Amino acid sequence: MKETKSAAVPKKKWKLRDFRGFFFILPWMIGFFTLQLYPFLASLYYSFTSFSILGTPKFVGLSNYIRLFTIDPDFKKSLMVTFEYALIEVPCKLLFALIIALILNIKIKGINAFRTLYYIPSILGGSVAVSALWRLMFMNDGILNKLLNLAGIPSVSWLGSAGTAMFVICLLQVWQFGSSMVLFLAALKQIPQDLYESASIDGAGPFTKFFYITLPMITSIVFFNLIMQTINSLQNFTSAFVITNGGPLKSTYLIGMKLYTEGFNNFKMGYACAISWVLFGVILVLTLLVFKSSDAWVYYEDGGDF
Amino acid sequence: MKKNRTLRKAAAYIMLLAVGLIMSFPFIWMIFACFKTNTEILGSTKLLPESFSFDAFVKGWNGVGNITFATYLKNTFIMVIPVVLATVFSCSFTAYGFARFRFPLKKLFFGLMISTLMLPNSVIIIPRYLIFNKLGILNTYWPFYLPAIFACYPFFIFMIVQFLRGIPIELDEAARIDGCSSLRVYFEILIPLIKPALFSAGLFQFMWTWNDFFNSLIYISSVKKFPVSLGLRASLDTAAQIQWDKVMAMSLISVLPLIIMFFFAQKYFVEGISTTGLKG
Repeated sequence: MKETKSAAVPKKKWKLRDFRGFFFILPWMIGFFTLQLYPFLASLYYSFTSFSILGTPKFVGLSNYIRLFTIDPDFKKSLMVTFEYALIEVPCKLLFALIIALILNIKIKGINAFRTLYYIPSILGGSVAVSALWRLMFMNDGILNKLLNLAGIPSVSWLGSAGTAMFVICLLQVWQFGSSMVLFLAALKQIPQDLYESASIDGAGPFTKFFYITLPMITSIVFFNLIMQTINSLQNFTSAFVITNGGPLKSTYLIGMKLYTEGFNNFKMGYACAISWVLFGVILVLTLLVFKSSDAWVYYEDGGDF
Repeated sequence: MKKNRTLRKAAAYIMLLAVGLIMSFPFIWMIFACFKTNTEILGSTKLLPESFSFDAFVKGWNGVGNITFATYLKNTFIMVIPVVLATVFSCSFTAYGFARFRFPLKKLFFGLMISTLMLPNSVIIIPRYLIFNKLGILNTYWPFYLPAIFACYPFFIFMIVQFLRGIPIELDEAARIDGCSSLRVYFEILIPLIKPALFSAGLFQFMWTWNDFFNSLIYISSVKKFPVSLGLRASLDTAAQIQWDKVMAMSLISVLPLIIMFFFAQKYFVEGISTTGLKG
């Protein structure tokens, strides 16, 4: 009761009992300051230093960044590879998730069984076990090539050439489309049916309905998926590390692997922090771009209050 | 019109089944591969093994040296279970604070918490590693426990806040008028009500920590403490020919807990992602 009353008077002096809330957010506050904010700022500072784990950080100005962009060929390569990966993986995954969600949204029986079936890869896909399976299937004498041979197609060196190795890594991600699909499905169910009915009366065909009703109504969820999936894909590590180990010829050397190599194999902590900040910058710019552009293409029914 | 609709449904079924079949092929193949010999895995195109043999399971389970796969499994549970419990507790505690109390700078703190949703793990990993190194807790599971104890999982906090918002505040107030302290309101009134959200958060955390590879690779260095992810990777990393039958058998065992959990708690997974947009 008291709380509702005080809400009406904004300029009230805080009393001691109003600090009770802090007691409950205390665990988070400790975690936030020590395990999130401090590491965040520290890594920015370290990125301007030369720092191996044994010594103390020595300030070197911008030289880590200069080295990244001018001297280190692996870094530029890994940045390009990561972009390529995200650019292929994210749109394919979302498109696939959307198509399957649209099909599942037709009122058919057994939708739950299908949803379960499609969702399982999302649960296991990030594990080393599935990466191992992928590596085995796409090996030169793996099952996939055997099946191709049976069909009279010559073997493909999936993990041995640059283009196909990237394809294999991306495929593993696209295969995990289930969680995005569930999100799309939930969004599709929210669309009022009368919109479609009145469109039918006006003689709209399925394509018109899709582009003028369905798509605009789910843009906010597309937007959300786009941001989260991009952030995730830019940080992928496990599949590249286990399946291809970055090869062949660094064609799948994702930036996560570069970070790991510099930080935890070479113990160049300052240099690795600089890499992580470039990655952070990329994520920030991409997120801002998507946010900025969202005004143009995202439709919020409630006016856009998040 | 009616005929058209049946046709459409039939087409939809065929397509869904085809996609489902292609998608589950890797798993089906994996399950049968566990019963094959290594030469059969690499030599035969048949899906079914020549004879069902549990050899790969036995060999894989015995592991290398004196460390068996049972050790890896046990380690994974020792790592995952406290993380899950601590996460559920600390995140719901924090969520209760944000959802039910007014306090100075609440907006700022809530905003900060939400902004950490977008904070990439790669940016903070090195200073965190250095902190844990200073504390002398590398090669223990504390680097996993501490972020869980201190609610460093904004996804779950946000999810539980959203859930709490759906529960009428009158419930707490009535209890408080009856002389219930805020702590008792949380433990005795709200926890039972937000169980589904807690369950969802726990399941996702279980899955993420179980599958985690990057953090384990960085923090855990002695084989005796390896979780399954590192154990599996070690079996792929040998200089000698990889024993794929063993690897597949142990891979299957390592994902089994996740599959079992998923089938028992599917509802919570689907609800968890539909309400908050958690990634799977």
